[in-house]
Amino acid sequence: MSYSEKIQKTYLDQLKQIRNAGIFKEERLIHSTQAADIEVEFPSGSSLKKVINMCANNYLGLSSHPEVISAAHDGLESRGYGMSSVRFICGTQDIHRELENKVTEFLGTEDTILFPSCMDANAGVFEAVLTGEDIMISDRLVHASIIDGMRLCNAQHDTFKHSNMEHLESKLQLHSDKRIKMVITDGVFSMDGDTAKLDEMVEICEKYDALLFVDDSHASGFIGKTGRGTHEKYGVLGKIDIITTTFGKALGGASGGCVSGRKELVEMCRQKARPYLFSNTIAPVVVSGVLKVLDILSESTDRRDKLETNTNYWRKGLTDAGFILKEGDSPIVPVMFFNAKLSQDFSKDLYNEGIYAIGFFFPVVANGQARIRTQISAGHEIHHLDKALKAFLKVGKKYGILGLTKQEIIAKYGL
Amino acid sequence: MEEIKDVILQYVIDEYLEDDDDEITYDTPLISGGYVDSFSMVSLKMFLENKFKIKLPDDKATPEAFDSVNNIVALVKEFTD
Repeated sequence: MSYSEKIQKTYLDQLKQIRNAGIFKEERLIHSTQAADIEVEFPSGSSLKKVINMCANNYLGLSSHPEVISAAHDGLESRGYGMSSVRFICGTQDIHRELENKVTEFLGTEDTILFPSCMDANAGVFEAVLTGEDIMISDRLVHASIIDGMRLCNAQHDTFKHSNMEHLESKLQLHSDKRIKMVITDGVFSMDGDTAKLDEMVEICEKYDALLFVDDSHASGFIGKTGRGTHEKYGVLGKIDIITTTFGKALGGASGGCVSGRKELVEMCRQKARPYLFSNTIAPVVVSGVLKVLDILSESTDRRDKLETNTNYWRKGLTDAGFILKEGDSPIVPVMFFNAKLSQDFSKDLYNEGIYAIGFFFPVVANGQARIRTQISAGHEIHHLDKALKAFLKVGKKYGILGLTKQEIIAKYGL
Repeated sequence: MEEIKDVILQYVIDEYLEDDDDEITYDTPLISGGYVDSFSMVSLKMFLENKFKIKLPDDKATPEAFDSVNNIVALVKEFTD
C-alpha cells in the first residue's frame, strides 16, 4: 500500500485541471438497445429520457438486428463463451478462420487476420511490417489509433496536408531513399466525414513504389455501390495493400477488427503483431454475429442504399435550414459552430429537445473548428430525421446562426 | 538573422498551415498550438538541415525547440555559429 496522500493529490489535481479546462468526459447511461430511439439516463440519477440517437456509428442499423442477435445466440451455444487462450496456442476456432476468409472475400483482398479491435489492428500492424529503414507518410487527420500505432513503430514518420495530393507527392520525393514508403490514410475521415481520394493515391503510390494503407472503419459495409468500402467507391478494389477495419461500427457494432490485404503483410502480422500475439481474439459469440452481418450485406444492398437516401435527406435539410456543413457524402455530417462553447450549448439544447448529438472541439478537432458531428443510420426513418431537423432549426434560431457565414458566426460568438 | 527567420516562417506557413488557418507570427506556439504535430517535425528537421547545411542531433530536435519560429532560429543559430 503506497497510495499516499501526495500521490492521490497529484491525480486529484490533474482531474481538476481536466474539469477546469471543460474537457471532462462523462458517460451517459443508455437503458435500451442501441438504435435510432434510445432511453438515456443523464445526468446520472435522473429519470430516463427518450431521445433520437444522432451520434452512433450504427450506420447500417445492425447493432440490434434480430438475425444478428439470433446468430450470436447460436454461436454462444455451439462454440461457447470464450477461448481462454491467444490464437496461436489454442485460441483459434473454425469460425475465426471462416470469418477471416469471408472478410477477405468481402473486401476484395488476398488475406485477413482478426484483432480484438481495430485499435489493436492499428497498434500492431506498422511495427509488424516496417523497420527503421522505412518511412510512414500519413494524412494529418488520420485517426488517433493510427497515430498510436505509428508511435510504436521504429520507422520514421512524416505527414502530408489533409487530402493534398501535391503535398503527398512532394513527401514521397523527399523520402525516395527509404527502403519501404508507406502512405497512410483513413478511408472516411471520422471527424470531417470526407473520403480519401484513393484513385489518385493508388496512382501516386504506384508511381513512387509506395505501399498504401487505408483504415476503412467508417466505410466498411456501406461506402461504395455494394458497401465494400472507400476503395470500391474510387474503383480501386484489389489495389490497396493494407486495409484495417472494425466490426464495432456498421458491421454489427459489437467489437473486433482486422488487418486485410497483401498475403505476405498479413502473414507478417500473424508472426509479429503484438496485440494478436498477446491477447485473446474476438469472442465466438461476436464472430458468429459478424458472419451473419456479412451474409446480410452480401445478399442485398438495401441497407446501404437506405443509408445513402437518409444521408442526402439530412444534408439537404440542414443546408436548406442555413447551417454550415463540412463537405462530403458519407453519413458523417459535421455541423460547424467554430466556437467551442457554442457547440456545447447547442448540443445541450438539442438534448432537451430529444436529440442526442455531441459537440467536439479542440483538441479532438483543430482549434476554432468546433462542431456537432451528426451520424446517420439506416435505422433512422424519415420521421426521426424530420424531428431532428425541427430541433436543429429551433435551436439554430435561438442562437441566431441560421444563414450566417463562418466569419459572421465567429464575429458573433468568437473563436 | 532576419533572413533566416523569414525563410523559416515562410516554410512553416507553406508546409503546415491549411487555407483557413489564421496567420502566424515568429512567436506563435506551433506544436502546443496545434499547428504542427510531432510527426511532422521530421520534414521540418530535414528542411533545416538541407537549407542551412547543418546536422541537428535527435536529442536537440525536441518539440520545445521547434515550438516557435523564434525557437527554431535559436536552434539553427546554435549549429551555424
